[in-house]
Formats: sequence, structure tokens, C-alpha cells
Amino acid sequence: MFGLIDGNNFYVSCERVFQPRLLGRPVGVMSNNDGCVVARSEELKALGVAMGTPAFELRPRWRRGELELLSSNYELYADMSRRVRAVLEELCAGVEPYSIDEMFIRCEGFTAARLHAHARDLHRRVHRYTGIPVSVGIAPTRTLAKLANRAAKALPGYDGVCVLSPGSHETQAILRQTPMAAIWGLGQRLVERLALLGIHTARDLAEADPMRIRRHISVVLERTALELRGVPCIEMHDLDAARQRIMTSRSFGRPTGELGELREAIRQHAQRGAEKLRTQHGLARAVHVFLKTDPHRPDLAQYSPAAIVELARPSDDSREIIQAAQQALTAIHRPNHRFMKAGVMLLDLVETRRRQLSLLDAPQAQAERERSERLMATLDEINRRMGRGTVTLGRPRPGAAWQLRCAHLSNRWTTRWDELPVARC
Amino acid sequence: MSAIRFPHPEPPPLPLSHPLDSGRAGLSGFPSPAQDYEARTLDLNAHLVKRPAATFFMTVKGDSMEGLGIQDGDLLVVDRAIEARPGHVLVAMVEGEITVKHYALLDGRPHLCSANPRYAPIPVAERDCQVWGVVTAVIHELLTPPCSG
Repeated sequence: MFGLIDGNNFYVSCERVFQPRLLGRPVGVMSNNDGCVVARSEELKALGVAMGTPAFELRPRWRRGELELLSSNYELYADMSRRVRAVLEELCAGVEPYSIDEMFIRCEGFTAARLHAHARDLHRRVHRYTGIPVSVGIAPTRTLAKLANRAAKALPGYDGVCVLSPGSHETQAILRQTPMAAIWGLGQRLVERLALLGIHTARDLAEADPMRIRRHISVVLERTALELRGVPCIEMHDLDAARQRIMTSRSFGRPTGELGELREAIRQHAQRGAEKLRTQHGLARAVHVFLKTDPHRPDLAQYSPAAIVELARPSDDSREIIQAAQQALTAIHRPNHRFMKAGVMLLDLVETRRRQLSLLDAPQAQAERERSERLMATLDEINRRMGRGTVTLGRPRPGAAWQLRCAHLSNRWTTRWDELPVARC
Repeated sequence: MSAIRFPHPEPPPLPLSHPLDSGRAGLSGFPSPAQDYEARTLDLNAHLVKRPAATFFMTVKGDSMEGLGIQDGDLLVVDRAIEARPGHVLVAMVEGEITVKHYALLDGRPHLCSANPRYAPIPVAERDCQVWGVVTAVIHELLTPPCSG
């Protein structure tokens, strides 16, 4: 059996652990740049505020104190996510994080009654240890666990925990009630195509002939259909393809066309990407850089170029990656355009231990490579211990256009000594 | 880059470790009597933090807990996994504020108390309060740390 543990309104819940004044109030967390609402408390949902609502639309109600908006505090969310994972790892086997607020677990060898008690225990303990309320869904496959989790969250009778046993009436009832769009990994286009085949609910898909699904749609959807029947066939690494690249990009606080500012943004992104690359022990073979103008401003000249620069050899050295990224930027930058977004993608990743020295690679003395490794390890260690951005290659100018707007950032309560919560007495 | 100076050539390891190269004594090749003790280190984190996932640090503000050895500016180690019992020092949410209190039974009823007679005990049943975690240690530094930021 598989379990899916999912933090309820995760970002808002993280904020509430340390700010009791937010309890019971309509609270939203805004995207990077304070652009739009990306997480909502139940109270905010009840006010009819939809996901993705632009923050400026809510500003009048915010000023009147009817609701509260916060900038996203990813450092806090990442640490709380790590804690949730640690609690789960103490209590169950095979914990696999799927996203910042969703983790899969394996539950083998339980009797039905014990499984239920185990699920309750997880539900209670994660909340008590970390302060984050979670929903627990357990079922024979990952796809069903996702539906069980959805039921645990949405249907009050379950009170946060839903265990679906194979082929039970309960499972059938939930499949009947589940529209296609709620199934894991199904996009709108596919939902429309399936409707033409007479498949409208999860149950229709589960009962469809798998061979027919494969012929008409795809092997991937056939697997989903089998999973809905209770046959496990989706593995985590099927979901992991995205790890083959590392992407760091962000919208700017205000549009800019100035090359100096773009260089800074690209340098930060390249640096951050290289850091991620080193934590997963990878090397990149190429660096992809892109720029975007604002598509919502048809009155301005549109230009969204991209370029890829190959590295002389697979590398995780921030300096080499930054250099390649800047070279790509120089190649695509044109004056008289105001860009809204810039990003760096590291491509064609290989594992560090599989580093192959090719005759075609630019030669690099052993000593030089070791020096680079030591420098990068020191850089990462300092930034890990003293906080991200303590040592960087080049310093951003304060107030640069590309810097994040995060005017309503709460403290990083759990990762910075000078931002700890204050207990009064 | 030249403006950045490192206080140490490389960051010192956290635990106070015994020297690792004491394994063999000189040329004789006899194992050193210290060999069995090599791997032992004292890690203050491991000593004070029993359950890292459930442990949080907080700073104290105020003087009402001085009678119990908790002073303004001290660092609290708070464990959310521990079930609160009378006698514990707690972090509790009292009417929307994070506070440190002593959990005690007065006339058989649970109260949150200060260690200062100027503040009256708060009867748990009558106020909006919730246990946040149990304080397991208080760290009181005697010298102001060189980098307080």
C-alpha cells in the first residue's frame, strides 16, 4: 500500500505555526514578487478568493483589515517541509518527497485495523511535532492514494485520514465521484479527448479496456487506468524526469532593459543553479539562458530570445557556469527591449562520479580541478552554515529591478539566529 | 571578492573532536592506548536536542521567569513532541501571543504561572490558551557573542 501525506494549505500553515494572530483569519501567501495568491487559508477560500488572484485586486480589502497577505518565505517552508519529512521517516518506510508539501510513504505488512491506526498516528504526530496539519490518504497505488488524500481533505467524515482498501465499495464510490480533471497528471486537453471516448469519471477510466486506452491515447494513461484499478505501475522515477534539468528563473520586480541589471540577474540565477547542481552531485554540459518581455504589454516591442552555451567540459563550478550564462546573455541581448523575466537552465546533467574525461574536452589539470572542487565546497559550506547568499560571486546592487519584491516577508523563524520567534514573559 | 575576509581559513568542525592522528604511537607500530576512544566527540546539539524535527529555538523577552532561571535574551530549546505535564516550563499561545510560563496545578486545576508574584496565574480553562511546546533547556550566554547578527 502507498500513502500520500499532504500539508493542508502548507504555506499558510507554516506561517501560522509562529504567528498565532493568523489563526482563524483569512490569510493568503503571494507568489514570488508579491504578484498573485498562491496559497490560501480555508477562511480566505470561504471569502471566494480564487487561486492566482492578483494581489492588487485584494489590496482594498487588505487595507481594511479583512484579510492578510504575506510574501512567500521559501526558506521557512523548505525547513518545515524537511521537518515533516523527518517525522515521517521516523515512523514509516520508503518516504519519497513528491513536492514541498506532499510525501509518499510505503505501508506494507499491516492488518486493515493496524493500517488505520498507523494512518491516524501519522496524522496526529506530524501535526503535533511540527505544527503543520496534514491529510493522510492510503491506497493500493499512488494514483489512488492521491484520490484518498483528496477525500480525506474534502469530506468531513474522514477527518483528515482516508484508507482505501482494494476493490471496496468505498473505493468505487470515490472513483464515481471523481471527475477526470482531479486525477493525477491529467491535463485539460486530455480530459476533453477522454470525454469524446465517453470517459468522464475516474470510475469510467478504471473500467475502460486498458489496451484501448493505450491505442487511442498513450501508455502513460494506460498506466493511470491500471493504477485506478489498484495495480501499482507508476514509479517515482517516472515522475523524476524533470530532475534532468535545473531551472532558476524569476520575474523582475519591474521590467528592465539595462544590460548591467540583466547580467546581475543572470549571475544570481546561474549561481543558484550551480549550487543546486552540486547538492545533487551533478555536472551540467550546457547552460541555457532565456529572456522574456511582458506578453501583456502588446504596445511594447516583444522579444523573447534564448541561447544555449555548451561548457568546455561537464562542470559544477559556479564560475564556469556563470561565464557561460553571461556569454549566452550577450549573444541574445538587444537594446530597446524591456524584459520581464530572465532564467537559467542547466542542461544534460550527468552524475559527478560518472565524469568522463574525453580527448575532446578542454584539458584541465588535476590540481586545477581539485582546487575548483575545494573552492565550491567551501562556498557551499559557508552558505549552508551562515545562510544563503553570505558569500556570492559578485554582489547585487540594492534596489536592482530584478530583485524580488517581498515587502511582507515574515521572519525565517527556524533557519536564522537573528530571526527566531520571541517568547514573552 | 577581496572585501570578504574569513575568520578562519576553513570553518572549524562543530563537535570538539579528539585528534584523529593519535592512532599509532611512533615507529614501534604498537597501537596507541587512545585508539579505542578516537571516534568519541561531544556534540552539544545531540545533547540538547533529542528530536530535531520537533525542536525549535526561541528567544526570551521579559523578566517574569527569572525566578526559574530564565532571563531576558536567553535562548530556549523547545520540544513539541513532549506531552506537557504539571511542573514543566511551557511555551504557550495565550490570547494570540507566544509566552513562556510554568505549568502548575493550583487547587487541582491547571494554571499557567509566572515566576514573579506581580503576575497572577492564568487558569487554563478560562482563557484562550494552547500549549505550543515544552521547554527542555535554557541557554544563557555569559559573554555577548562576537557576531550577534
